[in-house]
Amino acid sequence: MATGLHKSDVANPVLRWIDARLPVITLMQKEYGTFPTPRNFNYLWNFGALAMVNLLVMIATGVVLAMHYTPHVSMAFDSVERIMRDVNYGWLLRYVHANGASMFFIVVYIHIWRGLYYGSYKAPRELLWMLGVVIFLLMMATAFMGYVLPWGQMSFWGATVITNLFSAIPLVGESIVTWLWGGFSVDNPTLNRFFSLHYLLPFVIFGVVFLHVAALHITGSNNPLGIDPKGPQDTLPFHPYYTAKDSVGLVVYFIVFAVLVFFFPNMLGHADNYIPANPLVTPPHIVPEWYFLPFYAILRAIPDKLGGVLMMFGAIAVLFVLPWLDTSPIRSMRFRPVARVALFIWLLSFLVLLYCGGKPPDEPFVTISRIATLYYFAYFLVILPLLGRLERPLPLPESIAMPVLRGGGPLPAGAMSKPMEKA
Amino acid sequence: MRRFHSLKALLVAAGLAAAGPALAAGEVHVPDTRFSFDGLFGHFDRASAQRGFQVYKEVCASCHSMHLLSYRNLRDLGLSDAEVRAIAATVEVQDGPNDEGAMFERPGRPSDRFRSPFANERAARAANNGALPPDLSVIVKAREGGADYIHALLTGYADPPADVTLMEGMNYNKYFPGHQIAMAPPLSGDGQVEFHDGTNATVDQMARDVTQFLAWAAEPELEQRKALGVKFILFLTVLGFLAYGVKRKIWADVH
Amino acid sequence: MADSMAPTAPQDGETRRDFLQLVTGAFAAVGVGAVVWPFISSMNPARDVLALSTTEVDLTPIATGSAVTVMWRGKPVFVRNRTAEEIQVARQVPLSQLPDPATDQSRVKKDQWLVLVGVCTHLGCVPLGQKPTDPRGDYGGWFCPCHGSHYDTSGRIRKGPAPTNLLVPEYAFTSDTQIRVG
Repeated sequence: MATGLHKSDVANPVLRWIDARLPVITLMQKEYGTFPTPRNFNYLWNFGALAMVNLLVMIATGVVLAMHYTPHVSMAFDSVERIMRDVNYGWLLRYVHANGASMFFIVVYIHIWRGLYYGSYKAPRELLWMLGVVIFLLMMATAFMGYVLPWGQMSFWGATVITNLFSAIPLVGESIVTWLWGGFSVDNPTLNRFFSLHYLLPFVIFGVVFLHVAALHITGSNNPLGIDPKGPQDTLPFHPYYTAKDSVGLVVYFIVFAVLVFFFPNMLGHADNYIPANPLVTPPHIVPEWYFLPFYAILRAIPDKLGGVLMMFGAIAVLFVLPWLDTSPIRSMRFRPVARVALFIWLLSFLVLLYCGGKPPDEPFVTISRIATLYYFAYFLVILPLLGRLERPLPLPESIAMPVLRGGGPLPAGAMSKPMEKA
Repeated sequence: MRRFHSLKALLVAAGLAAAGPALAAGEVHVPDTRFSFDGLFGHFDRASAQRGFQVYKEVCASCHSMHLLSYRNLRDLGLSDAEVRAIAATVEVQDGPNDEGAMFERPGRPSDRFRSPFANERAARAANNGALPPDLSVIVKAREGGADYIHALLTGYADPPADVTLMEGMNYNKYFPGHQIAMAPPLSGDGQVEFHDGTNATVDQMARDVTQFLAWAAEPELEQRKALGVKFILFLTVLGFLAYGVKRKIWADVH
Repeated sequence: MADSMAPTAPQDGETRRDFLQLVTGAFAAVGVGAVVWPFISSMNPARDVLALSTTEVDLTPIATGSAVTVMWRGKPVFVRNRTAEEIQVARQVPLSQLPDPATDQSRVKKDQWLVLVGVCTHLGCVPLGQKPTDPRGDYGGWFCPCHGSHYDTSGRIRKGPAPTNLLVPEYAFTSDTQIRVG
């Protein structure tokens, strides 16, 4: 074989010719075929793959929707309704895209929760985690701008309120908002640039997802026990074990998705967004999409404008430094009895914020939001740093294979060594 | 342990479910009306929707536009091509400019949009004491409570309670947010519309029929959507069992 | 570590597993196919586009010897009120002289009225010949300036690179003075 060519094991001569020059097949085989994966994943480990599929669904439907959509204030609303009425299967594409945003956030929130519970953010996966937070931020920006495009009442007033957040910045705030708008209010220039960016950002997300996966394949996956695989007996090749397991999760995910799209397509949206945007009338209850509600509740919990905005962004920014706030070397919460309870209370505070964010800004929701906000930050900034020193963790199992064998009842003979023999 | 994890997933789902109704919560409870298009296999009652179109045409259309609909759409309601052409031809539509550069009026065609009663929003407000009669194209999607709310509103006019003072030009309605609505009771009495199929035009019947029509207008894809959804989910269920079987087989020697 | 791992599934040689996987794979493939269809279908003409696919033309203002151009499905349609001389010329040509043989009678519904899609069959330019001042080519019909195709008074190709005659769209006389194209 000539120098400079990759040594390919592919049997098919044509594919081998390609693989020797561009080793994509070897790469796929290594990263998704034989890639050694901890053998003890539970179904929460499906959600990374689901998020990937969800991103592809959004890009595919989005590209086709963009062929029919008109980003102009006088035509945007009607062009969306034209998609719903006149374009072949346009209703399907739009409802998949609209509910796909909700599905994306459900999947990603569960994915983040899994990372929090099993300590997937800890060394050596800090950068992997931070790239994930970047994806989350980009998703929020994309979803926000996408919701503006139908140019209904919620689109318009959501855009107005969220862009006005930047006016809280001292000195330059007003200029920044004018710059964001391209005018003196949310108007046609705003709609046009939001459409442009809404089309662009998913591809940026795709790029960061690639880095996220590349980083994952350097450190390897975490697992429910949070201990590193000690040898081949602790891992399984990704294919066919986890491709099969991910497929099961994928079908369940599609069923939930389909129930939303076909039977409750507008349940997670707002009726007001079927009223065309009117810059003179604000709807009585304006709330963002459900996936922003926890952060919206934090914004409203703070009585100061700049403070509220800072806290809201801080709620996500704190995730960036989480790997260094959690001082415990134990990854999985299974072995941290106190921190586990603290984390469940944090989940509760997140859900309470989600609930309060959708309520009018009256009592008792303001007080409840403040308590939940306080706990949200206390968990990261006080509880986790302290527990790393104070908490006595449960004893860790020796290896991944051991508790699987011990807990599984009577074992088929040679179950442990079997995958080894194949190697 | 595994059961424990699914519990967590449930918790998250429960949180989301709680948020849904929280957003939808209105001040007044709207009574639940049974419609043919509710449910898994819901479909439109064509006869009812055709009567509803008649109510819209003879009552609502004098103030409310439906600019997203075209006369051709009425074929979906079971009207024949000739009937649709005849209905379209009864209105004058502005077209042009012609070769002399002037706009002109011509009889409507099936491809024309429903003619709006007012030229623009200002004209509509001027003719209605400053209140804008909303476009009804997607009104069922644009109101919390959907079809139930529209039916309740149309039948919800009543004398105001003693402690309520109506503002000038306003009417009391049990289901309108704030209870004071500028629209006078549109369906004022039985027999206001004479249905071709002999159905007795009570206020409730007219309200039901026009709601049926408006629900169709807002979601013309509903029947196709639900039918496709049932098939797709059945397919996925089978695929799910198959995928689970494959997974079990592959993992058989690991557990 | 990766080197010591099994590259594929343990090959137990169970035919039942293979069959189950085959069925599942086939099922999934059908599903993917069904999902792809709406994407393809959505790029076909939408219902509002199809609804506008007919155009009505009033013939009264078109004097003998003149022509009008109307839009139909986004393309120009030529409607020419032909003179007796033009009709005669078109009918005297032996079919053997035509690159794309067709009688004039087969291309009109009423002798006087010639209705054509005004798109050159070569590469889609719009031929000249509608206005009195336009060049009409060597055969008195239309002349395509892009690559020099000459059409006669029946819209048939006579000279130049175009392979076929100008297309006659589907149309019908809705009255003596009106046609509906499409």
